[in-house]
Amino acid sequence: MKALVQHRGRVAPMDRANVDTDLIIPKQYLKSIKRSGFGIYLFDELRFSDEGWPGKALDQRTVRPEFALNQPRYAGSSILLSRENFGCGSSREHAPWALEDYGFRVIIAPSFADIFYNNSFKNGILPVVLEKDIVQGLFDALYAANDDYQLEVDLPAQCVRTPDGRVISFAVDAFRKNCLLQGLDEIGFTLESAYKIRAFEERQRQSAPWLYDVINREML
Amino acid sequence: MIARTLYDKIWDSHLVDAADDGSALIYIDRHLIHEVTSPQAFEGLRLAGRKPWRRDANIAMPDHNVSTDAQERRGGYAALKDETSRIQLQALDDNCDDFGIAEFRLNDLRQGIVHIVGPETGAVLPGMTVVCGDSHTSTHGALGVLAMGIGTSEVEHVLATQCLSTQKMKNMRIRVEGDLGPGVTPKDVILYIIGQIGTAGGTGCAIEFAGQAFRDMSVEGRMTVCNMAIEAGARVGLVGVDSKTIAYVKGRHFAPKGAQWDMAVAAWRELHSDPAAHFDREILIQAADIAPQVTWGTSPEMVASVTGRIPRTEDMADESGRKGLARALEYMSLAAGANIQSIALDKIFIGSCTNARIEDLRAAAAVVRGYRKADGVKLAMVVPGSGQVRAQAEAEGLDRIFLDAGFEWRAPGCSMCLAMNADKLGVGEHCASTSNRNFEGRQGFGGCTHLVSPAMAAAAGIAGHFVDIRDWEYRS
Ligand code: SF4
Repeated sequence: MKALVQHRGRVAPMDRANVDTDLIIPKQYLKSIKRSGFGIYLFDELRFSDEGWPGKALDQRTVRPEFALNQPRYAGSSILLSRENFGCGSSREHAPWALEDYGFRVIIAPSFADIFYNNSFKNGILPVVLEKDIVQGLFDALYAANDDYQLEVDLPAQCVRTPDGRVISFAVDAFRKNCLLQGLDEIGFTLESAYKIRAFEERQRQSAPWLYDVINREML
Repeated sequence: MIARTLYDKIWDSHLVDAADDGSALIYIDRHLIHEVTSPQAFEGLRLAGRKPWRRDANIAMPDHNVSTDAQERRGGYAALKDETSRIQLQALDDNCDDFGIAEFRLNDLRQGIVHIVGPETGAVLPGMTVVCGDSHTSTHGALGVLAMGIGTSEVEHVLATQCLSTQKMKNMRIRVEGDLGPGVTPKDVILYIIGQIGTAGGTGCAIEFAGQAFRDMSVEGRMTVCNMAIEAGARVGLVGVDSKTIAYVKGRHFAPKGAQWDMAVAAWRELHSDPAAHFDREILIQAADIAPQVTWGTSPEMVASVTGRIPRTEDMADESGRKGLARALEYMSLAAGANIQSIALDKIFIGSCTNARIEDLRAAAAVVRGYRKADGVKLAMVVPGSGQVRAQAEAEGLDRIFLDAGFEWRAPGCSMCLAMNADKLGVGEHCASTSNRNFEGRQGFGGCTHLVSPAMAAAAGIAGHFVDIRDWEYRS
């Protein structure tokens, strides 16, 4: 996993509430058995007005010029600003894969859906929760700036710095913060506690033996 | 001893490790695997040279991507027309072979939607912790199970360690008290709840469903409710264990037998919240307030009673509500203020992990019996949730009732719930669907979904538009 410590980047708006993961990456792209290459399909139904499918060439697509990510002033942005309940719906990790592959490293919103929030950290994306009116203020500033509006996000200091010098702090739990700062392999980390897992299993085998040795390939 | 909620009890009994910062490691008893969210996880194991921690805790089956055309399926994956689907499905079989994981394969009678097959086979039992790379894993909570959807990185983590690294959620309880009216089903209850608390109403919480309505409800009905806890923002939905739960589990293929059964039942009887347990949030709803529900927009919270109408701009409380309404109505090509019953349907979908169990199909068949599909409805499809549900329905003659009415009778899978296979809506088509998500494009590019109960979907298929199921004339 990619680490994230400090990040400075251009901001793009995704100005709606309840952005669901079907919208972030539609299902026809979930058939891929790879982890990469989803960026070109990010927000497919918003970026393009024709129906997309895996492998359809970009020059055959009909671009929706009004959509923010299609506008030159937001090109190359890496911070996405959105509204309440971002990432709701399906648990598909293809959503953060697509966002990350497209170039987003930070998403700012008043709230996130639980599974998406969790999935983001595991893919080097920092979801930042800020109060609703602060987010509104950022939208106002973003729209007021005629072009390149940038923010600086500082994970160790847990704050966002605006171009006019404001410092907005945010909360993040220590474990997730640490994993993201280090780009930690969580499985390796958990396996350091393997002895605790085995001890748990020994106890549970005694108290709930019906949970063991019931399913195997030969018994099907 | 401090009073604990059901969620607290299952959490406590599965805690492997807890750190001061609130992060915890919980043990996972059952891991359900399907073809869409697992290939990258197996690949991760392979790249790191890791093996599954405990093979007998896993069970896999293809569901999201399979064809529901019985003819096409007979030829196995080789006969599937869609190559990318074929590759993904084959990858699941190959990964299960490579890593020694049990799988119900495409033409196995027990194959079906993972959330239907888990409880039906007894692979999921009360008191377990259950995860799956699918947000509707909350379904299993109906059996007094701590079940939640996870992402692919977590699928890999659970495969490799049998644990989930997570944090404890808040406890929320939704009580529905009193008797549900005739024609009001579990689906209407959960849609009504989402309409009340919103799609983020349960974010960060495990929701326990309690009160008379859930006590009176069948276990399958409780599954419909818990299934859509995620649409209320909650990763976890739960119902306490009672004698119905135990009767449901008894005799299932993987359920304990003999002395272990008695031991298990004794443990399961403790699986309910203590009377004095503390909930961080409580909601009380009167069953009598709930009418059959229909969603009119692009989020499950955009829902109204079948006798109601679509909101008008002035009904919305704030600017973001007004914008959301305008955007949804534009997408759905519907007018503000229109009556719900004026919405005409092009397609009917009866299926999905929300509503494709035998009771759902019985309810739909009872409505359809003796009628014909409306001419304006291009396609009405019934997709049983599993091979076993399909076989049971056929044994009861339900397939004939549907076929005689001009409905299609399909092979099990997720089908048009998410339209990854050939079953999908066309641009601008309106569908009465028993599934769980009405997001833009969910059932096909440009498709317009209305979430309803199986009986309401069936009646809409006959009438060609929504009708109040409470006025239905059943034929015998
Ligand atoms: S039926 Fe629909 S909601 Fe259920 S698992 Fe399949 S795709 Fe997901």
